[in-house]
Amino acid sequence: MAETVMGLHQEELQHPELLHHFAEPEQQRNAASLGMWVFLGTEIMFFGGMFCAYLLYRHWYFGDFGAASNSIDATLGAVNTAVLICSSLTVVLAVWSAQTARRALLLAMLSATMLFGLAFLGIKGYEYYQKFEEHHVPGPSFSFENVRIPRHPGEYANPRHAQIYFSLYFLMTGIHALHMVVGLGIFSWLLLMAWKGRFTPTYHTPVEIGGLYWHFVDIIWIFLFPLLYLIDRHP
Amino acid sequence: MADHSISEHSKSLPLKLYFGVWATLLILTYVTYRVAYVELGPFNSVVALVIAAIKATLVALFFMHVWRAGEKFIKAVVLASLFFLLLLLGLTMADYMTRPWS
Repeated sequence: MAETVMGLHQEELQHPELLHHFAEPEQQRNAASLGMWVFLGTEIMFFGGMFCAYLLYRHWYFGDFGAASNSIDATLGAVNTAVLICSSLTVVLAVWSAQTARRALLLAMLSATMLFGLAFLGIKGYEYYQKFEEHHVPGPSFSFENVRIPRHPGEYANPRHAQIYFSLYFLMTGIHALHMVVGLGIFSWLLLMAWKGRFTPTYHTPVEIGGLYWHFVDIIWIFLFPLLYLIDRHP
Repeated sequence: MADHSISEHSKSLPLKLYFGVWATLLILTYVTYRVAYVELGPFNSVVALVIAAIKATLVALFFMHVWRAGEKFIKAVVLASLFFLLLLLGLTMADYMTRPWS
């Protein structure tokens, strides 16, 4: 009897983070991951609706979408894709640092991820600024007159159809940017917890799960980039 | 699961793989950016989407550890999500693209 009590006590000392309704840390970690994946499943459907609207209108108004897409700076989009891919690398390195008890590296990688995230939002903000300057923001001051349709000499884009493209552009990139802001919040908290030394090789679930969220937001952008920026481009 | 014992300490894949995936993702981004300016007709969209799908798969498998997920439910959730996404996109497009007025 005394041994059992001692055994339990030992177990608790070894895994202070283990909640009483889980049998072992492994089970607790898997439950947390699964929870995040189910949430990401709902996110896939959430973004899926917007991708569906995009596909349909792009199918109907392909020429107008091409003309509107060509007014966006594809180089900025490509750079932003690279920035997010680099941030995903720093996220996996952060998880690895937590697993191997490298606190300084963990703090550095979490900070680097946030810097990449801020860089992404900065570039995105500059892009939005350009669109406001050009009156390409849907609304009363929207203007998209006399813009040629790629590969169709003498044909001009219908401003009403182009406005649908820009509505989808701002909706999809805007909600993606909102997810980035939420991600920055999550990572600020992870940074604070890491600073306090809360993460150990046996307990770093928040880093892993926060990382899953960050990678997911990266994947959304991986699809947004070709769909919004690279329609019917020409040399 | 066989990897219960080692997963305590080394659930991560080797660093070499992470950097390899990262480099591949950057190269694919550059390729998709350049190919967009090459005249391929309707295949521009196909190439762009195939490259995006490869990149997303790489991120999910190796950065999000789906490849080594101990919990089989995770793989099931991923596949179920993709299935319902395809259902949403596929049936909607099948409807609209076969209507005479569209």
